[in-house]
Amino acid sequence: MMRLELVKRPQRSMLFSALSPFIAFVLTIIAGAILFALLGVNPLKAFQIYFLEPISQVWQLHELAIKAAPLILIGVGLSVCYRANIWNIGAEGQFILGGIVGSSIPVLFPQFEGPLVLPLMLLFGMVGGAAYAAIPALLKARFNTNEILTSLMLVYVAQLFLDWLVRGPWRDPKGFNFPQTIQFNDSAILPELMPASGRANWGFVFALVAAVLVWILMSRMLKGFEVRVLGSSPRAGRFAGFGINRMVFFAFMLSGALAGLAGISEVSGAIGQLQPVISPGYGFAAIIVAFLGRLNPLGIVAAGLVLALTYLGGEAVQSALGISDKVARVFQGMLLFFVLGCDTLIHYRIRLIGFAAPKLESAPKLEEAR
Amino acid sequence: MSANQDDANLLEVRGLTKTFGTLTACDHIDLNVAKGEIHALLGENGAGKSTLVKMLFGTLEPNSGEIFWNDQAVTITNPGFAKKLGIGMVFQHFSLFEALTAAENIALSLDDGSPISTIAAKARALSYSYGLPLDPQSLVGDLSVGERQRIEIIRCLLQTPQLIILDEPTSVLTPQEADKLFETLERLRSEGKSILYISHRLEEVKRICDRATVLRHGKVVGHCNPRKETAASLARMMVGNDVQAVVRAPVQGIETAQPLLEIRALSRRPATPFSIPLRNINLTVRAGEVIGIAGVAGNGQGEFFESVSGEVPQQDAASVRIRGKDAGGLSITGRRLMGAAFVPEERLGHGAAPRMKLSENLLLSRHATDGKVFVGAGGMVKSDAIYAAAQRIIKAMDVRKSALDPEAAALSGGNLQKFIVGRELDRRPSVMVVNQPTWGVDAGAAAHIRQTLIELARSGSAVLVISQDLDELFEISDAIAVMHNGELSKPLPIAEATFEKIGLLMGGAEPGHAEHALETS
Repeated sequence: MMRLELVKRPQRSMLFSALSPFIAFVLTIIAGAILFALLGVNPLKAFQIYFLEPISQVWQLHELAIKAAPLILIGVGLSVCYRANIWNIGAEGQFILGGIVGSSIPVLFPQFEGPLVLPLMLLFGMVGGAAYAAIPALLKARFNTNEILTSLMLVYVAQLFLDWLVRGPWRDPKGFNFPQTIQFNDSAILPELMPASGRANWGFVFALVAAVLVWILMSRMLKGFEVRVLGSSPRAGRFAGFGINRMVFFAFMLSGALAGLAGISEVSGAIGQLQPVISPGYGFAAIIVAFLGRLNPLGIVAAGLVLALTYLGGEAVQSALGISDKVARVFQGMLLFFVLGCDTLIHYRIRLIGFAAPKLESAPKLEEAR
Repeated sequence: MSANQDDANLLEVRGLTKTFGTLTACDHIDLNVAKGEIHALLGENGAGKSTLVKMLFGTLEPNSGEIFWNDQAVTITNPGFAKKLGIGMVFQHFSLFEALTAAENIALSLDDGSPISTIAAKARALSYSYGLPLDPQSLVGDLSVGERQRIEIIRCLLQTPQLIILDEPTSVLTPQEADKLFETLERLRSEGKSILYISHRLEEVKRICDRATVLRHGKVVGHCNPRKETAASLARMMVGNDVQAVVRAPVQGIETAQPLLEIRALSRRPATPFSIPLRNINLTVRAGEVIGIAGVAGNGQGEFFESVSGEVPQQDAASVRIRGKDAGGLSITGRRLMGAAFVPEERLGHGAAPRMKLSENLLLSRHATDGKVFVGAGGMVKSDAIYAAAQRIIKAMDVRKSALDPEAAALSGGNLQKFIVGRELDRRPSVMVVNQPTWGVDAGAAAHIRQTLIELARSGSAVLVISQDLDELFEISDAIAVMHNGELSKPLPIAEATFEKIGLLMGGAEPGHAEHALETS
């Protein structure tokens, strides 16, 4: 019998730390090729359809931006949490609440039109997401609950709440009983960036601006320093006079606000009304985005585009090859698995250990040395 | 190199070299340990002692060089192999589980599956035979630091090693406990076991060691017989030049000087089952004086520091007063803004964030007090100003480092400590509270730090030093108080204090302030 043991490396390689996301990507491709081959599809053809065709035309790049925008917005917010060693897993729920609270204006006041509507909706979306994220923050700060569990469980609460709203009180009375709200009026729709060439909306710009602002926050501002200190050495953070509970609220509410902004941008931009499901798992995929981007806001922009491509590729192989679009989930899962695996092996090496207790007499071989 | 006499070499090291990047931590080290000798390994911090010992114990791999064990070449790949060879190690920082008993802790490290009752019986027999009585059934959390060290030593002896490596073993003991340890070491030597003894306390080395190997900057600078040397000549070999003696000018009229730090009836309940409550502590530190707090580790010093620094604020605002104003309810930032500065015991992870640059670690304790200089409009950090200030401190304190602005973890302990002390001195604080100012710091750096603390006091600040190093406290303090089991004795003026008096108080003899009955809990 053998067992595996992880032994901490004395030094970690800077080179491989930087290369880790790329290695993970290559490993995902290799594992994906095996997957496609087992499904009876030529891997090369599948990859062409999966990774190249979805970005071969300008309108498709717009679709990529639509998918990448929420991933980047949420991922950037989550990176602040994870840097502070605070584990917000509930961005999906904060995304949904942002969508709901932001939509309350066009749904409840359909007559309200004008240039004020959209900014108010975006603000409401951010407030909604931040307030929803404040729940696990409060539970952690007050009762020391595990934020991973509470934030995750609140995702399901949010999903069911949205489902109830669109089937019940907010259902469009003229909607033939379809579970959806009224179509938003024109001033509640997030405009497209370049309507001539595709559907991409201002959400992508919000994502880029958020990435730059959070990058400045984390690398240039005292608050970002506070996040990094408390995340890496909490005791030194306490010595510095930084409050850990304040940080829990800050990190949760910042990431909640960005997830909420992503939610309302998605609803008012790409969808135009509330439906039972408004996210194909953006809040969870953004966790992968955050780690694939090395928790660096600028890296997250690149990682968000890669993950967006896995969504588009999933749809493409479904229509072209008849493979379930769940393959996108598989690719996302493999990416995260390989990123975390690479990171682990950069910090640790593996040692195989015999299970039987070593005998005192036989084990040391004095003569074998050198 | 061969041993000087006919004594057989147990361990011989030839040309052992270890490099980390561009730094050569050990540079062609030669070392012989004969059977039945106590061999001292002397050197400043950063001289390469720990690196050398880690290679001998198999936790680091040498780049080149040879190790001979009983005249056979060996490659020590891991601690398990070192143990099988017969090398035992007692680390400076214990690795014991507080919630387990002594016997359970020992069983964990033996890894041979014998039942705990057998191990306990063996441990008990061994401990009594070596004059280190130990109850194997006692919980580690209930034991004093000296007793915990006994567990480590017994655990090491149970593996019947031929060579025992002890890393700064007396740094956590009272003078009386240290005497006991020396008896045990002499007994082990008489049984033919060899001991590699790492210490910076030169008097100890002179007293018990047969030979010494001195390291400086990763190289062996000499082998000697410490009994034939003086403490000064040993220090000179270690440092490379004369260590400047610390000068402490007497203070006049301190009784009338303004009290800058006052602690009034400070009490605190234990925060965890294994921490010490503070019981009605009273102390005044006046402008111009250095007060020392002695005590064996784990008698409430850490809790006391947390309470005075404001990392844990008090309910009673008057229990800590800084410059005549109540500060008990304030956070550490609030107390810093009143002019106080703090240096905690742990350098890495408490006083400094290990993975952050020195300049960032400067910001750590001074983001509020120097907010105007270091933080600009909208909370933007002025990294140029911080970098310049960090370089100023590095220069003033002679911090030696491998890069312009390295991570804190890349510095040796002594150099990081110089930076952390310098970071606070640079503010000219009116109250300075330091916990273990020179713990694990080399002689040259320690003298420098001590001198700066005295000078800070003489320039009109109040300095409070918590230390386990009695030599240090006698060198710098104007009065010494002793902390035992969460109580603080009255300060003894330095003219009246002796090692015996302080040592007895450290061991729990009646504290000087017994007339203050316990007011809480």
